[in-house]
Amino acid sequence: MEKPLTEHIQPGEPPLDLAAYERTGGYEALRDALRSMEPREVTRIVEDSKLRGRGGAGFFTGMKWSFVPMGENAPREKYFVCNADEMEPGTFKDRYLMECNPHLLLEGMILGAFAIQAPTGYIFLRAEYHKSEEVLAHAIREAREAGFLGKNILDSGFDHDIHLHTSAGRYICGEETALLNALEGRRAIPRAKPPFPPVVGLWGKPTIVNNVETLCNIPPIVRNGADWFKGLGLSEEAGTKLYGVSGRVNRPGMWELPLGTPLREIIEEHAGGMREGYRFRGVIPGGASTDFLVEEHLDLPMDFASVQKAGSRLGTGTMIVLDDRTCPVGMVLNLERFFARESCGWCTPCRDGLPWVEKILEDIERGGGREDDLGLLQEHSKFLGPGRTFCAFAPGAVEPLQSALKYFEEDFRRHFDGKGCPYHPQPAAAR
Amino acid sequence: MLTDQEREEIEAELPHYPRKQALCIEALKVVQRHRGWVDDEALRDVGGFLEMTEHEVDSVATFYNLIYRRKVGRNVIHLCDSVSCWVMGCDRICEHLKNSLGIEIGETSDDGRFTLLPIPCLGDCDKAPSMMIGRELFSDLTPEKVDEILRSRK
Ligand SMILES: Cc1cc2nc3c(=O)[nH]c(=O)nc-3n(C[C@H](O)[C@H](O)[C@H](O)COP(=O)(O)O)c2cc1C
Ligand code: SF4
Repeated sequence: MEKPLTEHIQPGEPPLDLAAYERTGGYEALRDALRSMEPREVTRIVEDSKLRGRGGAGFFTGMKWSFVPMGENAPREKYFVCNADEMEPGTFKDRYLMECNPHLLLEGMILGAFAIQAPTGYIFLRAEYHKSEEVLAHAIREAREAGFLGKNILDSGFDHDIHLHTSAGRYICGEETALLNALEGRRAIPRAKPPFPPVVGLWGKPTIVNNVETLCNIPPIVRNGADWFKGLGLSEEAGTKLYGVSGRVNRPGMWELPLGTPLREIIEEHAGGMREGYRFRGVIPGGASTDFLVEEHLDLPMDFASVQKAGSRLGTGTMIVLDDRTCPVGMVLNLERFFARESCGWCTPCRDGLPWVEKILEDIERGGGREDDLGLLQEHSKFLGPGRTFCAFAPGAVEPLQSALKYFEEDFRRHFDGKGCPYHPQPAAAR
Repeated sequence: MLTDQEREEIEAELPHYPRKQALCIEALKVVQRHRGWVDDEALRDVGGFLEMTEHEVDSVATFYNLIYRRKVGRNVIHLCDSVSCWVMGCDRICEHLKNSLGIEIGETSDDGRFTLLPIPCLGDCDKAPSMMIGRELFSDLTPEKVDEILRSRK
């Protein structure tokens, strides 16, 4: 089984430095591209590879790049931005790639910047990833000294430099237009779309924003070709995916597996199944803002199309398992409390709706819930859904809620009539 | 006024951005690193340097949870309270921290040693529950482990 993203790295091992990376074939794709390819050809290979964004939305990467204005009349200033904000609860994949193989990311970024002819790149890194910050800063210095960054890279005439920008918190910064405002030094409020960033982005210039894992796929695609990449997936979809599992399983962790690996294999084989004394009840498949999947979905291939057909989203591919001794209502309360706190506050349904949802769920957990609360929660799932808010944050926030109402309705009812939480009757400290 | 050291650190980032106002967040982080938190004077200092009003700078500062607009203790504990940590029992760790320090979330201990704040997912979900103090990450927390960590901090 091929693992282009992780074949040379191990959790906990020190990062590959430049020399070690080059020994694995690193920067060969960049040398080839700069020597013998037109920028558009790089974009075409990525388009042909059918690579889809690994940051959550699954947009086709090559298609996104093809929207950037090219040629004589295109703006000279363009930006290539790596989204390394990774704040989706339950997600811990980009950190691993950055801390273990930073040059793979840098090479992917330089290739992308070459494809759209951007002289400047930024890595937007979440503030809390201090180790990633050190590793990346060092790798950027190495790449600059070796001539992979800077003026006239490898005598090709192409100039590009990458700057590391560390953030100062807030989940909304990961939304790509909020991220652009944060990079400009402003409050991270999402922007109206259209226009989309590939045409009007950072400081009004064409800008590509891609996720860390997405970009780490670029060097192997350019080196081995689109057909090779398409052959890696188990289903119709191309490539591998970093899948992660957390919760009460025997071996929480992360594995690079073919896209389309069945949920059951990930949870039972790779994560070692449920811990002794716990039963599987469900899973949020791709970070906090995705709908629950339950037992009937265990044989689902974990690819974008199949998970969507089952009513959820692949998202970030890092899943959080719900066991039979954890209260689904409590879990949803935890999620909605997070979303209520992290709402950027720009639009009313999200700013006021989410704290309301949080209060209702709190009340249910404490035993103050009533039958009508279910209707009220249903209503909120609708009013915060797609198309009713300024950005995709709110629709994401109600995905776990609406699916919990569907699959765990009985659990909600068991809290009613002053009974409170049947799972966690004692206060937190006593658990 | 910004100190020479602060000014130097902010200016080092200037060439990376086409407009100097882009440095607002970075400048706030620099000042906070030296002064512990961002008071009103710090806003004016940063604003003076970036040609922004103190209110403009404040509107940025108050958006980001890792810019502290109130005095904090020498060690700021950021306890992850997101979903993976919750499933793995972060509420219990939180209670333990609150009892040991005699403070609620958002407060600072009387001796000025610790401030306790929540933080979204630290990306350490396979080793939950987790917390961060300063630049350091602590994983697989138990009450005993927390005691040890607290003892080791001045
Ligand atoms: C609220 C919100 C938070 C997001 N957070 C992240 C994030 O932390 N990292 C990320 O790569 N994408 C995040 N995204 C998705 C980005 O908006 C964008 O789609 C992505 O960075 C594009 O890269 P990709 O096409 O390579 O996946 C977030 C989206 C939303 C709505
Ligand atoms: S949906 Fe929420 S996060 Fe998005 S713009 Fe509106 S208030 Fe902000």
